Amino acid sequence: MKKTLFDKVWDAHVVKKIQDGPQILYIDKHLIHEVTSPQAFGELEQRGIPVFRPNQIVATADHNTPTIDQHLPVKDPLSRNQLQQLTINCQKNNITLYGLGHKYNGIVHVMAPELGITQPGMTMVCGDSHTSTHGAFGTIAFGIGTSQVAQVFASQCLLLQKPKSLRVNVTGKLKPGVLPKDVILYIIAKLGTNAGTGYFCEYAGNVFEEMSMEGRMTVCNMSIEMGARGGMIAPDETTFEYVKGREFAPKGKEFDKKVTYWKTLPTDEGAVFDKEYHFDAEDIEPMITYGTNPGMGIKINENIPTENNASFEKSLRYMNFEKGQSLIDQKINYVFIGSCTNSRIEDFRVAAGFIKGKKKADNVTAWFVPGSQKVAEQIIEEGLNEVFEDAGFKLRQPGCSACLAMNDDKIPEGEYCVSTSNRNFEGRQGQGARTILASPLIAAATAIEGKIIDITKQLN
Amino acid sequence: MDKFTKLKSSAIPLSIENVDTDQIIPARFLKVTSRDGFGENLFRDWRYHKDGSPNLDFVMNNATYSGSVLVAGDNFGCGSSREHAAWAIHDYGFKVVVSSFFADIFKGNALNNGVLPVQVSPEYLKELFTQIKKDPKTQIEVDLENQKITILSTGSSSSFEINSYKKTCLINGYDDIDFLISNKTEIEAFENERV
Repeated sequence: MKKTLFDKVWDAHVVKKIQDGPQILYIDKHLIHEVTSPQAFGELEQRGIPVFRPNQIVATADHNTPTIDQHLPVKDPLSRNQLQQLTINCQKNNITLYGLGHKYNGIVHVMAPELGITQPGMTMVCGDSHTSTHGAFGTIAFGIGTSQVAQVFASQCLLLQKPKSLRVNVTGKLKPGVLPKDVILYIIAKLGTNAGTGYFCEYAGNVFEEMSMEGRMTVCNMSIEMGARGGMIAPDETTFEYVKGREFAPKGKEFDKKVTYWKTLPTDEGAVFDKEYHFDAEDIEPMITYGTNPGMGIKINENIPTENNASFEKSLRYMNFEKGQSLIDQKINYVFIGSCTNSRIEDFRVAAGFIKGKKKADNVTAWFVPGSQKVAEQIIEEGLNEVFEDAGFKLRQPGCSACLAMNDDKIPEGEYCVSTSNRNFEGRQGQGARTILASPLIAAATAIEGKIIDITKQLN
Repeated sequence: MDKFTKLKSSAIPLSIENVDTDQIIPARFLKVTSRDGFGENLFRDWRYHKDGSPNLDFVMNNATYSGSVLVAGDNFGCGSSREHAAWAIHDYGFKVVVSSFFADIFKGNALNNGVLPVQVSPEYLKELFTQIKKDPKTQIEVDLENQKITILSTGSSSSFEINSYKKTCLINGYDDIDFLISNKTEIEAFENERV
């Protein structure tokens, strides 16, 4: 029987199959953060159930944290309490916590891979839908609800139906300026926000093979935006090279042994998927979104489509856009470079590459938020921070920030924000805020110009 | 967890597609550490204006409609995995959500909180919206045992799918934790085999 990458990893983690029912799936790593864990700890405590495998859990504070003055007490009492609760819960249960100010602190989906916690062939979960990010390593990684967080605390397992399989192939040569973010926005625009529901997605083809780990993470991160619980890319030399030598990665002979196993994971030739799509890399252009779900995306120089549908029209009303309109020259006052989608070193390199020698537009407020302390350090080491400062930008401290506006980084009502994050839902970046999703290159260009420009004209 | 067997109720029609969990409960309300009280902020930014006054155009503020069934457009519950969305729906008093499609994580979260997601065909969903619009007091019966939803005034019914394990859980009010813990010997054996 020919097996897919997903089958191989899944089958290696099945503890038990229940007849006509779900399967008990073993979870290797459980990542937690302050927002979706307190009720799970509370439930266990209430029922007198201990945490089963505390050493397989890693905690960070990211969603609800300020991105300035992190050394000071958090101002908002509710946020402060939630963060304190995480500290107390981790202490009580012997769970490693990389809290605010710790050198390993960062967005959960940025810090875990860079510490080597994420490894090929694992099963990983977190109470966060963008856990799909870790699939970039050939890992089964997916977001769970808080009741499931409690289940993993109690048993290191979940009860699940095995999802169906989907493969998205992108082959050919990407045009200049087309980044991993554009590839995934293009795929979601083509397939819609629910094409992947009930499926686990594998991304295949030379376009993904040629991507860095950072790029692969950006792609897998947004799998959930087309409904797929997770996305995966087969581990290869790029993966092994990335994992090698990281803090929590296996070392020496143990690493070599793992690599031998990891090399057996890619999908067998001839394995059958329940659904499969093919796209041509040459057709992809820098992308932007115009609506209120990530599937409402267009090539930057295209016009907003004309659809006669109440939900579509509601969405355009919220964005204050017209059918058929172009977004080129649209004035933009806010730019956000950050989030678990695009806050890694490569993203800031791309932004700095464009910004170097230019000046920030006067009308723009820009938030550059690195995904982790390590990314922040590297930005400084590589001198990118000077590029940003010379242009009039100021780097903030790590966290989820304006991606979901749980902290003070909120976009004001009615304002547009060109954002490298993953969701353009109504109010996502603040009540009444209007989000336009794009790559770090488009975001940087917008921050310099103060409006959306047709970047393809500069690239070709 | 609440038990669920059968329910007869009028319904609130929310004919919007792709309702994401950020709309169901915005992130700024996720700062608390308990499961209670989310109902008051359910659909907060659709239900209320920024000044806190109710948005009278929103269906939940229309006194014509009431009931413990929410009938919603396609792809309900997409986006963030926040279980707070299921808690908010439950806390507000909904026992059933009907749609032609549910996002995975939301569906699981609802089932883990005694809220039944009922997936029907797009045609049947349209029929539901039409009937409720025609008569807001339209009674809908949801029978979990027989996996059947019926518009009582017309007798029009439709079957729905649910995994048999989850069905048993809902009918008896069981949750997954007890079941998983009861398998601990096997889980430990699995761990030992892998080393």
